Amino acid sequence: MAVSRKVPAIIDRETSFCPGCGHGIVIRLIAECLEELGQDNNVIFPLGVGCSSLLGGGLVTDRLHCPHGRASAVATGMKRCEPDVTIVAYQGDGDAYSIGIAETLNAAYRNENITMIAINNTNFGMTGGQMSWTTMPGQKTTTSPKGRDCAVTGNPIRFPELVASQFDVAYAARGAVTSPKRIATVKKYIKNALAAQVNKEGYSTVEVLSPCPTNWGLDVLGAMKRIEEEIIPYYPLGEFKKREER
Amino acid sequence: MDRIIVTQSRCKQCGLCVAHCKQEALSFSAVFTEAGYRPVQVDDAKCIKCGICYLVCPDRVFTIIGAPGGKASAKQSASA
Repeated sequence: MAVSRKVPAIIDRETSFCPGCGHGIVIRLIAECLEELGQDNNVIFPLGVGCSSLLGGGLVTDRLHCPHGRASAVATGMKRCEPDVTIVAYQGDGDAYSIGIAETLNAAYRNENITMIAINNTNFGMTGGQMSWTTMPGQKTTTSPKGRDCAVTGNPIRFPELVASQFDVAYAARGAVTSPKRIATVKKYIKNALAAQVNKEGYSTVEVLSPCPTNWGLDVLGAMKRIEEEIIPYYPLGEFKKREER
Repeated sequence: MDRIIVTQSRCKQCGLCVAHCKQEALSFSAVFTEAGYRPVQVDDAKCIKCGICYLVCPDRVFTIIGAPGGKASAKQSASA
């Protein structure tokens, strides 16, 4: 007997992402985990600005389109008002880090009992592929046409490692959606993060390395290859803060 | 009997499922969708309903319906 696989009801509609975009995979994984944890009808998504905000159109559940970079701050307010509702801040790297690093870091610093999922595609995707804090050294974007010069711009940020090493958070991990095996691992990370919130363990975050074929100027498989060969060596995968028995 | 349902109207022809299908059961249709893509189609004779296409698809195209006694049991447990 084959294992039945059906898209969860809360996302069972079309998306408006570009062909091959990793967002669609991650959103499905989040919905599957929510369903498995019995939280699919007890969730609010504060959404970032950018491609992450396109999640709104693909969801059949509560969500709020937040000011740019402020989804973690909005999530904090939601959680404090509704502590038994699962809150999933869904943001891109440009939104969560470049624009909203203050709110993102402050939520982690306070160990707010929320989950922040960050999609890292190394650029501002929706607005045409501008440089973000996660843009790779030397990567050409519309605002770094000669390649990112880290002597001028600083180095790409490694957020999960930062919060895992500096703050008292419950869970921090990074995955990638480049292969079936890696996708299954990302699902495990996301489920851990959501379970940590449901168990009131504190702040949990998962960063997902995701392809942006449109702005990288690559085909879908070429974009996956770029993540494997160029991006993962800089952004290692794994759990940087594991859940503790409580 | 196991079944696979392909919602072609959602397919954007990214090709991830075609690239990852070890059975080579997936290909692009010759007929365009309203959105202008050539959607994926499945060769039922080759498909073992392993679910890899469901796992890699960003666009919610695939549904796998397992049934007792289906032909995919051995392959499914091997790939899990």
